[in-house]
Amino acid sequence: MPAPFIAFTDLWKSYGEGEARVNALAGVNLTINRGEFVAIMGPSGSGKSTAMNIIGCLDTPSEGTYSFAGLDAGRLDRERRATLRNHYIGFVFQGYNLLARTSAIDNVELPLIYRGVGRAERRLRAEEALELVGLSDRVTHTPAELSGGQQQRVAIARAIVTKPTLLVADEPTGNLDTARTYEIMHLLARLNEDNGLTIAMVTHEADVAQYGRRIVKFVDGKIASDDVIHRKVA
Amino acid sequence: MFFETVRLALSSIRRNALRSFLTLLGIVIGVGAVIAMITIGNGTTQKVRADISKLGSNLLTVRSGQPALPGSTGAKARDFVQKDVSALKANQTNVKAVSATSQKSQRIVYGTESLTATVTGTDPDFLIVRDWLITEGRIFTDQETRGGIAVCVIGETVRKQFFGTGDPLGTIIRVGRVNCPVVGLLEPKGTSGFGQDQDNVVLMPLEAFQRRVSGNNDVQTIYVSAEDASSPSEVQSRIELVMRDIRKIGTDEEDDFNVRDQAQMVTAMTSTMSTMTGMMSAIAGVSLLVGGIGIMNIMLVSVTERTREIGIRLAIGAHERHILTQFIVEATVLSLIGGLIGIALGLSLAALASYLFAIPFQPSLSVILMAAGFSAMIGLVFGFFPALRGARLDPIEALRHE
Repeated sequence: MPAPFIAFTDLWKSYGEGEARVNALAGVNLTINRGEFVAIMGPSGSGKSTAMNIIGCLDTPSEGTYSFAGLDAGRLDRERRATLRNHYIGFVFQGYNLLARTSAIDNVELPLIYRGVGRAERRLRAEEALELVGLSDRVTHTPAELSGGQQQRVAIARAIVTKPTLLVADEPTGNLDTARTYEIMHLLARLNEDNGLTIAMVTHEADVAQYGRRIVKFVDGKIASDDVIHRKVA
Repeated sequence: MFFETVRLALSSIRRNALRSFLTLLGIVIGVGAVIAMITIGNGTTQKVRADISKLGSNLLTVRSGQPALPGSTGAKARDFVQKDVSALKANQTNVKAVSATSQKSQRIVYGTESLTATVTGTDPDFLIVRDWLITEGRIFTDQETRGGIAVCVIGETVRKQFFGTGDPLGTIIRVGRVNCPVVGLLEPKGTSGFGQDQDNVVLMPLEAFQRRVSGNNDVQTIYVSAEDASSPSEVQSRIELVMRDIRKIGTDEEDDFNVRDQAQMVTAMTSTMSTMTGMMSAIAGVSLLVGGIGIMNIMLVSVTERTREIGIRLAIGAHERHILTQFIVEATVLSLIGGLIGIALGLSLAALASYLFAIPFQPSLSVILMAAGFSAMIGLVFGFFPALRGARLDPIEALRHE
């Protein structure tokens, strides 16, 4: 049996010292395989965001191991993790986090610049990504000229333009109304199904979580439940 | 990649145009001052050289005292008196002319007009040693010179001010408290290398000047014009011997006067000039330092303001060096722009000065390139710390930043 794509092994993450020490994650074991769509839920302070930061290689565990694609990602230095994020991980945030006053296509190209991809190829791939999220007609618009749903789709295009193996989504629909939420979640589900993109998504909305295939619930830094669910939509 | 970074820097500078401009002022003023100073200095030096070489290599200037050296006491030596001049005149071979002069800045009045001019008390030989011509009228007669009779020869500037197109000869002007008939008009000479109007002068007999204008018997400068075929250095040593003798300077004592030929005058003036330029440049350097600190300050603000942007960039895989480069390039471009504006400003000032004071406009490419390079370096140095701060941000913290 091949090693799982993502694996937490007795993983701890603590903040502070001595009396003030707080365990955000307290001995978590979790595996996610390639092609999974996992929704991570839990009340605030449950450790779900910390878990997401570690999955996304933004943060490192205090103890235990985090293995990503067979690499001991929890022990990699800052620069190596940056490379890892640039090549294998796409990020989608609640607040979109696009660069202001920068056109949609320039935003989407950004990760490719850091990868050293040439100008012409960058443009081509960014256009492809924008087409995939249905924004071919908005390439030169700046975030201020786009609706929230459109901004989030630009952010998704930016996340997938590097053809990552993992998409990390932190409350991707937190700022959107029901119709926009539906659009975005459909898009993510499609990327998961059609492109085999592994998705780890934090949400606190139960119906959003239903778009995933598996729901992991965190409580007090530990996994409280881990259930495979039926797809709400085909 | 580098092109992208420069484009990014430019757009960020443009976004905060006013703030960027204010930040740049220090650099602009510093670089502008240095460029103006050096360009004007070069022009002046060239003009002084040209002026002095026009006088010919055979003119020797005798002044009292020794040129002030750094660390010297600068004690004032005795001025010359008529006795010294007579001794020089009597004991020379290979000399065309000897002229004794004293000068004072004095208010000159004619009718309701007045101006301040340099009044020089001298003798007819002054025209020979200074290679100056009378265009109208005459120079003082020997009788007037000896008798200390107040008559005036005026320069072009004085004539223009008082008489316009009229004839000055025979009219009486007032030099200080002395009524003085104008007997001659000097040929126009224009501006000197130091921006001094050489035509704003009034010549009168030395005796009359001493008695009625300066009120003492001092002679400030003695000009000696050597024969064309003679060797100036021989004449110079002869002058030194005569002066030591007449001024009763003991063998173990130093000269309390100095004799210089024109080449030495050029050297002295050029060195004065470069000392001045150096001092001014040091002051301008302080302005550059302040400008650099301004850049550091604004870059820190910029990094703080854009914490979230840095967070985004780091999250999607930017390395430390990418962020570092981005902000250093921004600071460098910013200060380079300041440098370029400063260069333009400095050159304009120098061009204006050269127009106003009739000195050659002498921009130096090497100085301009150095100023540009130096301003870029300021950005590099002072941009480094803020950039490093940005590059070392924790992406998670940075993304949370509002």
